Amino acid sequence: MKKYLIAGLAGVASLTIAGTSAVAQEEEKNMAASSSTLGSVQSAGELRCGVNTGLPGFASQNDAGEWQGLDVDYCKAIAAAILGDATKVSYTPLSAVQRFPALQNNEVDVLARNTTWTMDRDTKLGLTFGGVNYYDGQGFMVRKEIDVSSAKELDGATVCVQSGTTTELNLTDYFNKEGMSYNPVVIESQDNVNQAYESGRCDVLTTDASGLYGTRLELADPDAHVVLPEIISKEPLGPAVRQGDDTWANIVQWVHFALLNAEELGVTQDNVEEMKGSEDPSIRRLLGAEGNFGQTLGLENDWAAKAIAAVGNYGEIFDRNVGAGSPLGIDRGLNKLWTDGGVQYAPPIR
Amino acid sequence: MEEQVAGYVADQQIPSRPAPAGEKGIVQVVRKNLFATPTDTVLSVVFGVFAAWLIWSILSWAVFDATFFGGDREACLTPGEGESEGACWAFVGAKFSQFMYGSYPIDLRWRPNLVAIVFALLVAGAAIPSIPFKSLNTWLLFGVFPIFALVMLTGAGFDVSGGFTAFLMLVAAITAYLLYGDDAGGLAAWPAKIALIGLIACFALIVMSSLDTGTIRFAGITFTIWSVLACLSALVSAVAIAVGMAQRAGVQIWRPVVPVVVAAFIAVLLAEDYGLRPVSTNLWGGLMLTLIVAVTGIAASLPLGILLALGRQSDMPAIRTVCIIFIEFWRGVPLITVLFMAAFMLPLLMPSGVSFNQLLRALVGVALFSAAYMAEVIRGGLQAIPKGQYEGAASLGLSYWQSMRMIILPQALKLVIPGIVNTFIGLFKDTSLVYIIGLADLLGTVRRGFSDPNWITPSTAATGLVFAGFVFWLFCFGMSRYSQFVERRLDTGYKR
Repeated sequence: MKKYLIAGLAGVASLTIAGTSAVAQEEEKNMAASSSTLGSVQSAGELRCGVNTGLPGFASQNDAGEWQGLDVDYCKAIAAAILGDATKVSYTPLSAVQRFPALQNNEVDVLARNTTWTMDRDTKLGLTFGGVNYYDGQGFMVRKEIDVSSAKELDGATVCVQSGTTTELNLTDYFNKEGMSYNPVVIESQDNVNQAYESGRCDVLTTDASGLYGTRLELADPDAHVVLPEIISKEPLGPAVRQGDDTWANIVQWVHFALLNAEELGVTQDNVEEMKGSEDPSIRRLLGAEGNFGQTLGLENDWAAKAIAAVGNYGEIFDRNVGAGSPLGIDRGLNKLWTDGGVQYAPPIR
Repeated sequence: MEEQVAGYVADQQIPSRPAPAGEKGIVQVVRKNLFATPTDTVLSVVFGVFAAWLIWSILSWAVFDATFFGGDREACLTPGEGESEGACWAFVGAKFSQFMYGSYPIDLRWRPNLVAIVFALLVAGAAIPSIPFKSLNTWLLFGVFPIFALVMLTGAGFDVSGGFTAFLMLVAAITAYLLYGDDAGGLAAWPAKIALIGLIACFALIVMSSLDTGTIRFAGITFTIWSVLACLSALVSAVAIAVGMAQRAGVQIWRPVVPVVVAAFIAVLLAEDYGLRPVSTNLWGGLMLTLIVAVTGIAASLPLGILLALGRQSDMPAIRTVCIIFIEFWRGVPLITVLFMAAFMLPLLMPSGVSFNQLLRALVGVALFSAAYMAEVIRGGLQAIPKGQYEGAASLGLSYWQSMRMIILPQALKLVIPGIVNTFIGLFKDTSLVYIIGLADLLGTVRRGFSDPNWITPSTAATGLVFAGFVFWLFCFGMSRYSQFVERRLDTGYKR
């Protein structure tokens, strides 16, 4: 009996492993049927989008539990362009460490999670970025009462900064370059940095600008604080996809460009239908009234019109989620169109 | 003699008189306990003032300065200068349904509600001693309810493969063999063994071959030839054991067949389409997810822990070694590491394109982790049982399992109730760690709420965390009180 029992237990153990791999193999067969990402999105009828677990203005859930934010609107725009329905998105909230494995393991189709476009990620991690939907960078917040309007006037200031981050290095570099002195108050966690600023231990708080605006809302009197216009580092955030599926990368990239072009051409969520009858050939090409631009992406020709009808143009998305129309009230700054003095510039559709 | 005594000895009890004015009532209690000596007086005054200040601060934060109603952050912002910030209960109110269900579709929330009600009824039935039908209730709770909950919460209609069905039936057949193989004596045991070997061989073929030998659809499940053969041989092995048992009198021969039939039935139930809309597990969240992870972990860890504890004390070196390695491995690794491994390493080890359900990975991790802790708690109980009990059981002629089931475990488990409940409570609170792998349990959902720009205020985070803490406290305190009740009820021999 004893040896049978041992043999039986060993059998159960090995079969458990074998059983799981059998289940896995059958799943693999299903996967092979649709190897292209566009094909799998179309056959599933749903876009799997990786978003932040919660970043004010970029991805968060409203009272009804619906996802909203700038990155979320990009998911919706892509889903609308492909499937014609912005609600056909399955959101996967991802932490910072989870995001790249999730994309590489094909758990999401697109990663719209305020991810900084760097060379390392583009090459070594095997990602392809579909443009920059938010030019972020390190900024400064000060109390209005100290009456400073530019970072260049911060000579001798006490600055609260998180330790061991690139933020701390950028700060040193900037003040050295400008030939100014400062007293750093270096603190371990960002929450404590914010508290130190609020309690008045320092004059200036520095971190990424998008974070500064979120922090400002947590202060007792947000209006008593101002974010200075200078941005001292480059943090271009954008949607990313897996490398090696060019068709899919093109779609993500051109949805972004279409939203930018729409703002430049004055096409909005409200007027997109009437604009289809416009005389302007660039508008007609954008909205699919002329040419076969959708088909070259593997989509229908009114792909961009559907995306704009779902979420509006880039300016509307920005304004609604992070800009003047939101509690955050972030200044557009670098994210203005190139025609208004920013760096948001999209290649033409032709 | 009596007359002489009667003169000065009272012939009846003198009624007790009321205590002197200074020695009774509230005044006396206060004076004796709080102001007996100058030191007492000073300490009482200092701590009294501190307690009053503390209670006042908590009340003014939670009630007097708090905002109870409002549609967005504007409501919770301090109206003017000098006024202190109160709690923003409006935030909890607006997000309450998310805190309970996560992103579970609103029109389908009757499903988790129904599951919760059935669960509450069954648990109440099992936990309250005066309610009858205990054994039926236990069967429903541990046998039927898990399948019911799985079907209701996910919507069922799973794509059950023949291989999976064969796997379930194989596990059932081996269980039947281990339990009843000894009863099927003599020649009849051989067909059972042969069928089992055939079953394992078929299963190995399913696993290894990608041979498309044609498929058969039956009851919503797609079988290949090999999986059909595997399922059939599982049945044959169980029937063979039953036939073998039939040679001996007074044995219920249907017993070995039951597990295999139940396994097949479960596969059919999961494959069945009930017309329920499927809800993917990444939409689950809030208190619902916390309870699912905690209840699964608790339900799995107790039996697993008992088996591991018995295994660790076993005389059989192989089993003892396996159990020791298992327990020491899982006890030696932090739960966060286990969850990270389950979430990130497992997919990397799998063939490309294969992904297991994130929640399932977390559930397995939590269950195995807490089983190891539970095993050590129960081993403590086993060691407290005097050797005489084991010897007494053996001298009665009881088999190992009989003596464990009837003599040792009832005593051992009773002794370690505080330890078991301690592990349960620890597990319940540890469930909030699933937040780091992207699952939003109660705490995770509350924290996600902080990033809604419509609700960012200075007091949002504090309010949300106090609410989450209160809900956790309710459940843990409830478990703690119930365990004390059970202890008192079972406290028959060790009262101190």
